Amino acid sequence: MNAVITVLGKDNVGILAKVSTECAKVDVNILEVTQSVLQGMFAMIMFVDITKCAVPFAQLVDTLTEKGESMGVKIHVMHEDIFNAMHKI
Amino acid sequence: MINSLDILETINMIDNENLDVRTITMGISLLDCIDDNIDKACTKLYDKICRYAENLVKTGEDISKEYGIPIIHKRIAVTPIAMLAAACPTMNPVKFAKALDRAADTIGVNFVGGYSALVHKGFAQGDYALIESIPEALATTEKVCSSVNIGSTKAGINMDAVAKMGKVIRKSAELTADRDCIGAAKLVVFCNAPEDNPFMAGAFHGAGEPDCVINVGVSGPGVVRAALAKAGDCNITEVADLIKKTAFKITRMGQLVAKEASKRLSVPFGIVDLSLAPTPAIGDSVAYILEEMGLEQCGAHGTTACLALLNDAVKKGGVMASSHVGGLSGAFIPVTEDAGMIEAARSKALSLTKLEAMTAVCSVGLDMIAIPGDTSAEIISGIIADEAAIGMVNSKTTAVRLIPAIGKSAGEELNFGGLLGNGPIMDINPKSPAKFIARGGRIPAPMQSLKN
Repeated sequence: MNAVITVLGKDNVGILAKVSTECAKVDVNILEVTQSVLQGMFAMIMFVDITKCAVPFAQLVDTLTEKGESMGVKIHVMHEDIFNAMHKI
Repeated sequence: MINSLDILETINMIDNENLDVRTITMGISLLDCIDDNIDKACTKLYDKICRYAENLVKTGEDISKEYGIPIIHKRIAVTPIAMLAAACPTMNPVKFAKALDRAADTIGVNFVGGYSALVHKGFAQGDYALIESIPEALATTEKVCSSVNIGSTKAGINMDAVAKMGKVIRKSAELTADRDCIGAAKLVVFCNAPEDNPFMAGAFHGAGEPDCVINVGVSGPGVVRAALAKAGDCNITEVADLIKKTAFKITRMGQLVAKEASKRLSVPFGIVDLSLAPTPAIGDSVAYILEEMGLEQCGAHGTTACLALLNDAVKKGGVMASSHVGGLSGAFIPVTEDAGMIEAARSKALSLTKLEAMTAVCSVGLDMIAIPGDTSAEIISGIIADEAAIGMVNSKTTAVRLIPAIGKSAGEELNFGGLLGNGPIMDINPKSPAKFIARGGRIPAPMQSLKN
Protein backbone atom coordinates (compact mmCIF):
# COMPACT_ATOMS: atom_id res chain seq x y z
CA MET A 1 0.00 0.00 0.00
CA ASN A 2 1.41 3.38 -0.97
CA ALA A 3 0.88 6.81 0.51
CA VAL A 4 1.79 10.31 -0.55
CA ILE A 5 3.56 12.68 1.82
CA THR A 6 3.48 16.33 0.80
CA VAL A 7 5.39 19.10 2.49
CA LEU A 8 4.43 22.68 1.73
CA GLY A 9 5.79 25.86 3.24
CA LYS A 10 8.76 28.12 3.67
CA ASP A 11 12.07 26.56 2.67
CA ASN A 12 14.32 25.47 5.55
CA VAL A 13 17.54 23.52 5.91
CA GLY A 14 16.98 19.82 6.50
CA ILE A 15 13.28 19.38 5.73
CA LEU A 16 13.88 16.35 3.53
CA ALA A 17 16.29 14.85 6.07
CA LYS A 18 13.87 15.24 8.96
CA VAL A 19 10.91 13.73 7.10
CA SER A 20 13.05 10.86 5.80
CA THR A 21 14.31 10.13 9.30
CA GLU A 22 10.75 9.89 10.63
CA CYS A 23 9.90 7.50 7.78
CA ALA A 24 12.94 5.33 8.43
CA LYS A 25 12.11 5.08 12.14
CA VAL A 26 8.85 3.27 11.36
CA ASP A 27 9.97 1.22 8.32
CA VAL A 28 8.28 3.41 5.75
CA ASN A 29 10.17 2.97 2.48
CA ILE A 30 10.62 6.02 0.25
CA LEU A 31 9.92 5.18 -3.41
CA GLU A 32 10.28 8.56 -5.08
CA VAL A 33 10.82 12.17 -4.11
CA THR A 34 10.19 15.29 -6.15
CA GLN A 35 10.77 18.74 -4.78
CA SER A 36 10.79 22.28 -5.99
CA VAL A 37 11.40 25.70 -4.51
CA LEU A 38 9.44 28.49 -6.10
CA GLN A 39 9.91 32.03 -4.76
CA GLY A 40 11.04 30.68 -1.40
CA MET A 41 8.06 28.32 -1.12
CA PHE A 42 9.03 24.73 -0.70
CA ALA A 43 6.95 21.90 -2.18
CA MET A 44 8.02 18.33 -1.72
CA ILE A 45 6.08 15.25 -2.78
CA MET A 46 7.21 11.89 -1.51
CA PHE A 47 5.77 8.54 -2.59
CA VAL A 48 6.21 5.96 0.15
CA ASP A 49 5.44 2.30 0.69
CA ILE A 50 3.63 1.86 4.00
CA THR A 51 3.10 -1.91 3.75
CA LYS A 52 5.64 -2.59 6.50
CA CYS A 53 4.91 0.53 8.54
CA ALA A 54 5.57 -0.34 12.19
CA VAL A 55 2.84 1.93 13.57
CA PRO A 56 -0.82 2.37 12.62
CA PHE A 57 -1.28 4.72 9.66
CA ALA A 58 -3.18 7.25 11.77
CA GLN A 59 -0.20 7.49 14.13
CA LEU A 60 2.16 8.11 11.21
CA VAL A 61 -0.14 10.92 10.07
CA ASP A 62 -0.08 12.49 13.55
CA THR A 63 3.68 12.18 13.94
CA LEU A 64 4.43 13.80 10.60
CA THR A 65 1.80 16.50 11.05
CA GLU A 66 3.38 17.46 14.37
CA LYS A 67 6.85 17.32 12.84
CA GLY A 68 5.65 19.70 10.13
CA GLU A 69 4.29 22.12 12.70
CA SER A 70 7.60 22.13 14.55
CA MET A 71 9.40 22.99 11.28
CA GLY A 72 6.86 25.65 10.28
CA VAL A 73 5.66 23.73 7.22
CA LYS A 74 2.44 21.88 6.44
CA ILE A 75 2.74 18.12 6.03
CA HIS A 76 -0.07 15.98 4.61
CA VAL A 77 0.08 12.21 4.61
CA MET A 78 -2.63 10.71 2.44
CA HIS A 79 -3.46 7.34 1.00
CA GLU A 80 -2.62 7.33 -2.74
CA ASP A 81 -6.11 6.05 -3.63
CA ILE A 82 -7.55 9.52 -3.11
CA PHE A 83 -5.41 10.96 -5.90
CA ASN A 84 -6.05 8.02 -8.20
CA ALA A 85 -9.78 8.39 -7.63
CA MET A 86 -9.86 12.12 -8.29
CA HIS A 87 -7.48 12.37 -11.20
CA LYS A 88 -7.64 9.10 -13.13
CA ILE A 89 -10.64 7.78 -15.00
CA MET B 1 2.59 7.45 -11.20
CA ILE B 2 0.39 10.30 -10.02
CA ASN B 3 1.09 13.74 -11.42
CA SER B 4 2.57 16.20 -8.88
CA LEU B 5 0.26 18.99 -10.01
CA ASP B 6 -2.76 16.78 -9.41
CA ILE B 7 -1.56 16.08 -5.87
CA LEU B 8 -1.04 19.75 -5.14
CA GLU B 9 -4.43 20.56 -6.66
CA THR B 10 -6.18 18.13 -4.32
CA ILE B 11 -4.34 19.44 -1.29
CA ASN B 12 -5.14 23.02 -2.24
CA MET B 13 -8.83 22.10 -2.62
CA ILE B 14 -8.90 20.66 0.90
CA ASP B 15 -6.73 23.28 2.61
CA ASN B 16 -7.93 26.46 0.93
CA GLU B 17 -11.17 25.81 -0.91
CA ASN B 18 -13.23 23.98 1.72
CA LEU B 19 -13.47 20.68 -0.13
CA ASP B 20 -15.03 18.11 2.15
CA VAL B 21 -17.28 15.13 2.41
CA ARG B 22 -20.23 16.79 4.06
CA THR B 23 -21.88 13.74 5.51
CA ILE B 24 -21.83 9.98 5.77
CA THR B 25 -25.44 9.11 6.47
CA MET B 26 -26.45 5.62 7.49
CA GLY B 27 -30.00 4.80 6.48
CA ILE B 28 -31.65 2.31 8.84
CA SER B 29 -35.02 0.65 8.31
CA LEU B 30 -37.17 0.60 11.44
CA LEU B 31 -39.97 -1.46 9.93
CA ASP B 32 -39.03 -4.39 12.16
CA CYS B 33 -39.36 -2.16 15.24
CA ILE B 34 -43.09 -1.61 14.76
CA ASP B 35 -45.04 -2.56 17.88
CA ASP B 36 -48.48 -1.64 19.22
CA ASN B 37 -46.80 -0.91 22.55
CA ILE B 38 -45.01 2.41 21.98
CA ASP B 39 -42.49 1.80 24.78
CA LYS B 40 -41.48 -1.53 23.29
CA ALA B 41 -41.23 0.08 19.83
CA CYS B 42 -38.99 2.82 21.25
CA THR B 43 -36.72 0.28 22.93
CA LYS B 44 -36.42 -1.73 19.69
CA LEU B 45 -35.73 1.44 17.72
CA TYR B 46 -33.06 2.63 20.14
CA ASP B 47 -31.39 -0.79 20.26
CA LYS B 48 -31.37 -1.23 16.49
CA ILE B 49 -29.90 2.19 15.76
CA CYS B 50 -27.22 1.77 18.43
CA ARG B 51 -26.37 -1.72 17.16
CA TYR B 52 -26.15 -0.78 13.48
CA ALA B 53 -24.45 2.59 13.88
CA GLU B 54 -22.19 1.68 16.77
CA ASN B 55 -19.03 2.19 14.69
CA LEU B 56 -20.29 4.85 12.28
CA VAL B 57 -18.59 7.84 13.88
CA LYS B 58 -15.28 6.07 14.48
CA THR B 59 -15.21 4.65 10.95
CA GLY B 60 -15.85 8.13 9.53
CA GLU B 61 -13.02 9.55 11.61
CA ASP B 62 -10.64 6.75 10.58
CA ILE B 63 -11.36 7.24 6.87
CA SER B 64 -11.00 10.98 7.26
CA LYS B 65 -7.57 10.57 8.79
CA GLU B 66 -6.31 7.94 6.36
CA TYR B 67 -7.34 9.73 3.20
CA GLY B 68 -6.77 13.23 4.51
CA ILE B 69 -10.30 14.29 3.61
CA PRO B 70 -12.42 16.18 6.12
CA ILE B 71 -15.66 14.28 6.78
CA ILE B 72 -17.79 16.82 8.56
CA HIS B 73 -20.88 14.94 9.71
CA LYS B 74 -21.92 11.41 10.52
CA ARG B 75 -25.68 11.08 10.61
CA ILE B 76 -28.59 8.67 10.70
CA ALA B 77 -31.74 8.56 8.57
CA VAL B 78 -34.57 6.26 9.58
CA THR B 79 -37.87 4.97 8.23
CA PRO B 80 -40.56 7.69 8.41
CA ILE B 81 -41.68 7.49 12.03
CA ALA B 82 -45.34 7.88 10.97
CA MET B 83 -45.13 4.24 9.86
CA LEU B 84 -44.24 3.21 13.41
CA ALA B 85 -46.79 5.60 14.91
CA ALA B 86 -49.49 3.90 12.83
CA ALA B 87 -49.32 0.85 15.09
CA CYS B 88 -50.01 2.81 18.26
CA PRO B 89 -52.45 5.51 17.14
CA THR B 90 -53.61 6.61 20.58
CA MET B 91 -50.13 7.40 21.88
CA ASN B 92 -48.17 10.66 21.54
CA PRO B 93 -45.45 9.99 18.91
CA VAL B 94 -43.07 12.43 20.64
CA LYS B 95 -41.81 9.37 22.56
CA PHE B 96 -40.28 8.18 19.28
CA ALA B 97 -38.51 11.52 18.83
CA LYS B 98 -37.03 11.27 22.30
CA ALA B 99 -35.83 7.72 21.65
CA LEU B 100 -34.19 8.90 18.40
CA ASP B 101 -32.53 11.75 20.26
CA ARG B 102 -31.16 9.36 22.91
CA ALA B 103 -29.83 7.03 20.21
CA ALA B 104 -28.13 9.95 18.43
CA ASP B 105 -26.46 10.93 21.72
CA THR B 106 -25.29 7.39 22.40
CA ILE B 107 -23.65 6.85 19.02
CA GLY B 108 -22.36 10.41 18.73
CA VAL B 109 -24.04 11.60 15.53
CA ASN B 110 -25.14 15.22 15.29
CA PHE B 111 -28.51 14.75 13.56
CA VAL B 112 -30.99 11.98 13.00
CA GLY B 113 -33.57 12.45 10.27
CA GLY B 114 -36.85 10.67 9.74
CA TYR B 115 -39.42 12.12 12.11
CA SER B 116 -41.40 12.17 8.93
CA ALA B 117 -44.66 11.41 7.20
CA LEU B 118 -45.44 10.91 3.51
CA VAL B 119 -48.91 12.31 2.89
CA HIS B 120 -48.84 13.42 -0.75
CA LYS B 121 -52.06 11.57 -1.49
CA GLY B 122 -53.66 11.59 1.93
CA PHE B 123 -53.25 10.84 5.61
CA ALA B 124 -52.87 7.22 6.71
CA GLN B 125 -53.10 5.99 10.32
CA GLY B 126 -50.31 7.66 12.28
CA ASP B 127 -49.60 10.43 9.78
CA TYR B 128 -51.86 13.08 11.24
CA ALA B 129 -50.81 12.42 14.85
CA LEU B 130 -47.16 12.59 13.85
CA ILE B 131 -47.57 15.86 11.96
CA GLU B 132 -49.50 17.31 14.89
CA SER B 133 -46.65 16.34 17.24
CA ILE B 134 -43.80 17.82 15.15
CA PRO B 135 -43.57 21.18 16.97
CA GLU B 136 -43.34 19.50 20.39
CA ALA B 137 -40.89 16.88 19.08
CA LEU B 138 -38.56 19.52 17.62
CA ALA B 139 -38.80 21.71 20.72
CA THR B 140 -38.02 18.92 23.17
CA THR B 141 -35.19 17.22 21.27
CA GLU B 142 -31.84 18.48 20.04
CA LYS B 143 -30.86 16.25 17.16
CA VAL B 144 -34.08 15.08 15.58
CA CYS B 145 -35.02 16.42 12.14
CA SER B 146 -38.44 16.24 10.60
CA SER B 147 -39.84 16.26 7.08
CA VAL B 148 -43.25 15.88 5.49
CA ASN B 149 -43.89 15.09 1.83
CA ILE B 150 -47.06 16.86 0.76
CA GLY B 151 -46.97 16.47 -3.01
CA SER B 152 -45.57 14.54 -5.95
CA THR B 153 -45.68 14.65 -9.74
CA LYS B 154 -47.62 11.39 -9.78
CA ALA B 155 -50.08 12.18 -6.96
CA GLY B 156 -50.58 15.94 -7.10
CA ILE B 157 -50.56 18.16 -4.01
CA ASN B 158 -52.43 17.36 -0.79
CA MET B 159 -53.80 20.80 0.07
CA ASP B 160 -55.12 19.63 3.46
CA ALA B 161 -51.53 18.78 4.35
CA VAL B 162 -50.33 22.11 2.92
CA ALA B 163 -52.80 23.95 5.17
CA LYS B 164 -51.71 21.89 8.17
CA MET B 165 -47.98 22.42 7.54
CA GLY B 166 -48.38 26.20 7.56
CA LYS B 167 -49.65 25.90 11.14
CA VAL B 168 -47.01 23.31 12.09
CA ILE B 169 -44.14 25.52 10.87
CA ARG B 170 -45.49 28.49 12.82
CA LYS B 171 -45.95 26.46 15.98
CA SER B 172 -42.47 24.91 15.66
CA ALA B 173 -41.06 28.43 15.59
CA GLU B 174 -43.27 29.63 18.46
CA LEU B 175 -42.28 26.79 20.78
CA THR B 176 -38.59 27.56 20.22
CA ALA B 177 -38.88 31.36 20.09
CA ASP B 178 -36.35 31.62 22.93
CA ARG B 179 -33.77 29.76 20.79
CA ASP B 180 -34.03 31.82 17.57
CA CYS B 181 -36.99 29.66 16.45
CA ILE B 182 -34.64 26.76 15.71
CA GLY B 183 -37.48 24.23 15.69
CA ALA B 184 -38.58 25.44 12.26
CA ALA B 185 -34.99 25.12 10.95
CA LYS B 186 -35.19 21.37 11.56
CA LEU B 187 -38.40 20.90 9.56
CA VAL B 188 -38.68 20.51 5.78
CA VAL B 189 -41.84 20.30 3.68
CA PHE B 190 -41.20 18.41 0.45
CA CYS B 191 -42.72 17.79 -2.94
CA ASN B 192 -41.18 14.71 -4.64
CA ALA B 193 -39.00 13.90 -1.60
CA PRO B 194 -36.11 11.54 -2.44
CA GLU B 195 -35.91 8.38 -0.32
CA ASP B 196 -32.11 8.31 -0.17
CA ASN B 197 -31.17 11.90 0.59
CA PRO B 198 -28.24 12.02 3.05
CA PHE B 199 -28.57 15.75 3.80
CA MET B 200 -30.46 17.17 6.77
CA ALA B 201 -32.99 18.27 7.69
CA GLY B 202 -34.82 16.31 4.98
CA ALA B 203 -33.13 12.90 5.24
CA PHE B 204 -35.27 9.85 5.83
CA HIS B 205 -34.92 6.18 4.91
CA GLY B 206 -37.57 5.37 2.32
CA ALA B 207 -39.72 2.26 2.41
CA GLY B 208 -38.08 0.98 -0.78
CA GLU B 209 -34.60 1.07 0.70
CA PRO B 210 -32.70 -1.96 2.07
CA ASP B 211 -32.45 -2.73 5.79
CA CYS B 212 -29.34 -0.59 6.14
CA VAL B 213 -27.41 1.52 3.64
CA ILE B 214 -24.59 4.04 3.45
CA ASN B 215 -25.24 7.26 1.55
CA VAL B 216 -22.61 9.96 1.21
CA GLY B 217 -23.08 13.66 0.55
CA VAL B 218 -20.13 15.55 -0.89
CA SER B 219 -19.80 19.27 -1.12
CA GLY B 220 -17.42 21.86 -2.50
CA PRO B 221 -18.86 25.16 -3.71
CA GLY B 222 -15.50 26.77 -2.87
CA VAL B 223 -13.69 24.44 -5.25
CA VAL B 224 -16.03 25.28 -8.14
CA ARG B 225 -15.73 29.00 -7.48
CA ALA B 226 -11.93 28.81 -7.33
CA ALA B 227 -11.81 26.84 -10.60
CA LEU B 228 -13.92 29.51 -12.31
CA ALA B 229 -11.79 32.30 -10.85
CA LYS B 230 -8.64 30.67 -12.26
CA ALA B 231 -10.25 30.18 -15.68
CA GLY B 232 -10.71 33.93 -16.18
CA ASP B 233 -12.63 35.25 -19.19
CA CYS B 234 -13.78 32.08 -20.89
CA ASN B 235 -17.14 31.74 -22.60
CA ILE B 236 -20.12 30.09 -20.96
CA THR B 237 -19.64 26.75 -22.74
CA GLU B 238 -16.20 26.56 -21.20
CA VAL B 239 -17.65 27.53 -17.82
CA ALA B 240 -20.07 24.59 -18.01
CA ASP B 241 -17.26 22.22 -18.99
CA LEU B 242 -15.08 23.42 -16.15
CA ILE B 243 -17.87 22.90 -13.61
CA LYS B 244 -18.47 19.39 -14.95
CA LYS B 245 -14.79 18.48 -14.60
CA THR B 246 -14.62 19.88 -11.08
CA ALA B 247 -17.85 18.12 -10.07
CA PHE B 248 -16.37 14.90 -11.45
CA LYS B 249 -13.32 15.14 -9.20
CA ILE B 250 -15.37 16.01 -6.12
CA THR B 251 -17.77 13.13 -6.70
CA ARG B 252 -14.96 10.63 -7.24
CA MET B 253 -13.71 11.55 -3.80
CA GLY B 254 -17.20 10.98 -2.38
CA GLN B 255 -17.47 7.66 -4.17
CA LEU B 256 -14.16 6.52 -2.68
CA VAL B 257 -15.26 7.46 0.83
CA ALA B 258 -18.67 5.84 0.34
CA LYS B 259 -17.15 2.57 -0.89
CA GLU B 260 -14.63 2.51 1.92
CA ALA B 261 -17.24 3.27 4.60
CA SER B 262 -19.53 0.63 3.14
CA LYS B 263 -16.72 -1.96 3.22
CA ARG B 264 -15.57 -1.17 6.73
CA LEU B 265 -19.10 -1.12 8.18
CA SER B 266 -20.26 -4.13 6.11
CA VAL B 267 -23.27 -2.14 4.97
CA PRO B 268 -24.28 -1.82 1.30
CA PHE B 269 -23.32 1.36 -0.53
CA GLY B 270 -26.40 3.30 -1.58
CA ILE B 271 -25.67 6.53 -3.39
CA VAL B 272 -23.40 9.53 -3.58
CA ASP B 273 -25.30 12.78 -3.39
CA LEU B 274 -23.27 15.40 -5.18
CA SER B 275 -24.68 18.61 -3.85
CA LEU B 276 -22.92 21.93 -3.68
CA ALA B 277 -23.93 22.56 -0.08
CA PRO B 278 -22.75 25.92 1.17
CA THR B 279 -21.73 26.77 4.72
CA PRO B 280 -21.46 30.21 6.29
CA ALA B 281 -17.64 29.91 6.01
CA ILE B 282 -16.16 32.51 3.69
CA GLY B 283 -15.46 30.97 0.30
CA ASP B 284 -17.92 28.10 0.77
CA SER B 285 -20.78 29.83 -0.99
CA VAL B 286 -22.97 28.93 -3.98
CA ALA B 287 -23.84 32.61 -4.41
CA TYR B 288 -20.17 33.39 -4.97
CA ILE B 289 -20.07 30.85 -7.83
CA LEU B 290 -22.95 32.67 -9.51
CA GLU B 291 -21.16 35.96 -8.95
CA GLU B 292 -17.95 34.47 -10.35
CA MET B 293 -19.90 33.70 -13.53
CA GLY B 294 -20.38 37.42 -13.96
CA LEU B 295 -23.24 38.70 -11.81
CA GLU B 296 -22.68 41.84 -9.78
CA GLN B 297 -24.50 40.17 -6.93
CA CYS B 298 -26.58 37.03 -6.48
CA GLY B 299 -30.20 37.94 -7.15
CA ALA B 300 -29.44 40.12 -10.17
CA HIS B 301 -31.27 39.38 -13.44
CA GLY B 302 -29.42 36.42 -14.92
CA THR B 303 -29.18 34.58 -11.59
CA THR B 304 -31.71 31.91 -12.56
CA ALA B 305 -29.85 31.19 -15.81
CA CYS B 306 -26.48 30.92 -14.02
CA LEU B 307 -27.99 28.60 -11.40
CA ALA B 308 -29.61 26.42 -14.08
CA LEU B 309 -26.24 26.01 -15.78
CA LEU B 310 -24.51 25.27 -12.48
CA ASN B 311 -27.08 22.72 -11.33
CA ASP B 312 -27.05 20.87 -14.63
CA ALA B 313 -23.27 20.84 -15.01
CA VAL B 314 -22.82 19.56 -11.45
CA LYS B 315 -25.19 16.66 -12.18
CA LYS B 316 -23.48 15.82 -15.48
CA GLY B 317 -20.02 15.73 -13.89
CA GLY B 318 -21.26 13.76 -10.91
CA VAL B 319 -23.15 11.09 -12.84
CA MET B 320 -20.02 10.02 -14.69
CA ALA B 321 -18.00 9.85 -11.49
CA SER B 322 -20.13 7.56 -9.35
CA SER B 323 -21.77 4.22 -9.96
CA HIS B 324 -24.89 5.41 -8.13
CA VAL B 325 -25.79 9.07 -7.87
CA GLY B 326 -28.93 9.94 -5.95
CA GLY B 327 -30.42 12.08 -3.23
CA LEU B 328 -30.82 15.71 -4.16
CA SER B 329 -27.63 16.13 -6.28
CA GLY B 330 -27.26 19.66 -7.59
CA ALA B 331 -26.85 23.07 -5.99
CA PHE B 332 -28.42 24.10 -2.68
CA ILE B 333 -29.46 27.67 -2.06
CA PRO B 334 -30.05 27.90 1.70
CA VAL B 335 -30.06 31.60 2.49
CA THR B 336 -28.81 31.68 6.09
CA GLU B 337 -26.13 29.05 5.42
CA ASP B 338 -24.47 30.84 2.51
CA ALA B 339 -22.30 33.93 3.06
CA GLY B 340 -23.06 35.32 -0.41
CA MET B 341 -26.81 34.75 -0.09
CA ILE B 342 -26.82 36.44 3.32
CA GLU B 343 -25.10 39.51 1.87
CA ALA B 344 -27.46 39.55 -1.11
CA ALA B 345 -30.52 39.25 1.13
CA ARG B 346 -29.23 42.00 3.43
CA SER B 347 -28.66 44.37 0.55
CA LYS B 348 -32.06 43.41 -0.90
CA ALA B 349 -30.45 42.27 -4.16
CA LEU B 350 -32.05 38.90 -3.43
CA SER B 351 -35.79 38.73 -2.80
CA LEU B 352 -38.12 35.88 -1.92
CA THR B 353 -39.70 36.07 -5.38
CA LYS B 354 -36.30 35.72 -7.06
CA LEU B 355 -35.49 32.80 -4.77
CA GLU B 356 -38.73 31.15 -5.82
CA ALA B 357 -37.72 31.44 -9.47
CA MET B 358 -34.29 30.02 -8.64
CA THR B 359 -35.88 26.99 -7.00
CA ALA B 360 -37.29 25.95 -10.38
CA VAL B 361 -33.74 25.18 -11.47
CA CYS B 362 -31.84 24.39 -8.25
CA SER B 363 -31.79 20.99 -6.61
CA VAL B 364 -34.00 21.72 -3.61
CA GLY B 365 -36.11 24.75 -2.86
CA LEU B 366 -36.79 27.65 -0.53
CA ASP B 367 -34.28 26.73 2.11
CA MET B 368 -33.41 28.37 5.44
CA ILE B 369 -35.31 31.58 4.86
CA ALA B 370 -36.25 33.71 7.86
CA ILE B 371 -39.62 35.44 7.44
CA PRO B 372 -41.36 38.01 9.66
CA GLY B 373 -42.70 36.63 12.94
CA ASP B 374 -46.23 37.83 12.31
CA THR B 375 -46.55 35.89 9.02
CA SER B 376 -49.83 33.97 9.17
CA ALA B 377 -50.02 30.19 8.83
CA GLU B 378 -52.08 30.70 5.64
CA ILE B 379 -49.32 32.74 4.00
CA ILE B 380 -46.77 30.06 4.92
CA SER B 381 -49.12 27.48 3.39
CA GLY B 382 -49.37 29.65 0.27
CA ILE B 383 -45.59 29.68 -0.04
CA ILE B 384 -45.52 25.87 0.42
CA ALA B 385 -48.23 25.42 -2.25
CA ASP B 386 -46.33 27.60 -4.75
CA GLU B 387 -43.10 25.75 -4.15
CA ALA B 388 -44.73 22.32 -4.33
CA ALA B 389 -46.40 23.32 -7.61
CA ILE B 390 -42.99 24.12 -9.11
CA GLY B 391 -41.72 20.70 -8.07
CA MET B 392 -44.83 18.85 -9.16
CA VAL B 393 -45.01 20.36 -12.64
CA ASN B 394 -41.27 20.14 -13.30
CA SER B 395 -40.87 16.58 -11.94
CA LYS B 396 -38.21 17.70 -9.48
CA THR B 397 -37.75 17.81 -5.75
CA THR B 398 -38.74 21.08 -4.14
CA ALA B 399 -38.75 21.86 -0.46
CA VAL B 400 -39.65 24.61 1.95
CA ARG B 401 -37.73 25.33 5.13
CA LEU B 402 -38.98 28.65 6.45
CA ILE B 403 -38.29 30.10 9.86
CA PRO B 404 -40.93 32.53 11.13
CA ALA B 405 -38.87 34.80 13.40
CA ILE B 406 -41.29 35.14 16.28
CA GLY B 407 -41.31 38.67 17.72
CA LYS B 408 -39.15 40.05 14.91
CA SER B 409 -39.88 41.77 11.62
CA ALA B 410 -38.30 42.18 8.18
CA GLY B 411 -34.77 43.62 8.24
CA GLU B 412 -33.91 42.22 11.69
CA GLU B 413 -31.66 39.14 11.95
CA LEU B 414 -31.82 35.58 13.24
CA ASN B 415 -28.67 33.82 14.41
CA PHE B 416 -28.63 30.03 14.79
CA GLY B 417 -24.86 29.70 14.90
CA GLY B 418 -22.89 26.80 13.47
CA LEU B 419 -23.78 25.37 10.10
CA LEU B 420 -27.32 26.77 10.16
CA GLY B 421 -25.77 30.23 10.10
CA ASN B 422 -27.57 33.54 10.40
CA GLY B 423 -29.35 35.96 8.19
CA PRO B 424 -31.81 38.77 7.69
CA ILE B 425 -35.55 38.32 7.89
CA MET B 426 -36.86 38.67 4.35
CA ASP B 427 -39.88 40.59 3.16
CA ILE B 428 -42.94 38.63 2.15
CA ASN B 429 -46.06 39.59 0.21
CA PRO B 430 -48.63 40.23 2.96
CA LYS B 431 -51.73 39.64 0.79
CA SER B 432 -53.71 36.70 2.14
CA PRO B 433 -54.27 33.37 0.35
CA ALA B 434 -56.46 32.25 3.30
CA LYS B 435 -59.56 31.41 1.26
CA PHE B 436 -57.57 29.33 -1.24
CA ILE B 437 -55.80 27.44 1.56
CA ALA B 438 -59.05 26.83 3.48
CA ARG B 439 -60.59 25.04 0.49
CA GLY B 440 -58.58 21.87 1.18
CA GLY B 441 -58.70 18.91 -1.20
CA ARG B 442 -56.00 17.91 -3.67
CA ILE B 443 -54.44 19.58 -6.68
CA PRO B 444 -54.65 16.87 -9.36
CA ALA B 445 -51.45 15.39 -10.76
CA PRO B 446 -50.23 17.32 -13.80
CA MET B 447 -50.04 16.25 -17.45
CA GLN B 448 -46.79 14.55 -18.34
CA SER B 449 -47.18 15.07 -22.06
CA LEU B 450 -48.15 18.06 -24.25
CA LYS B 451 -45.50 20.03 -22.36
CA ASN B 452 -45.16 23.62 -23.42
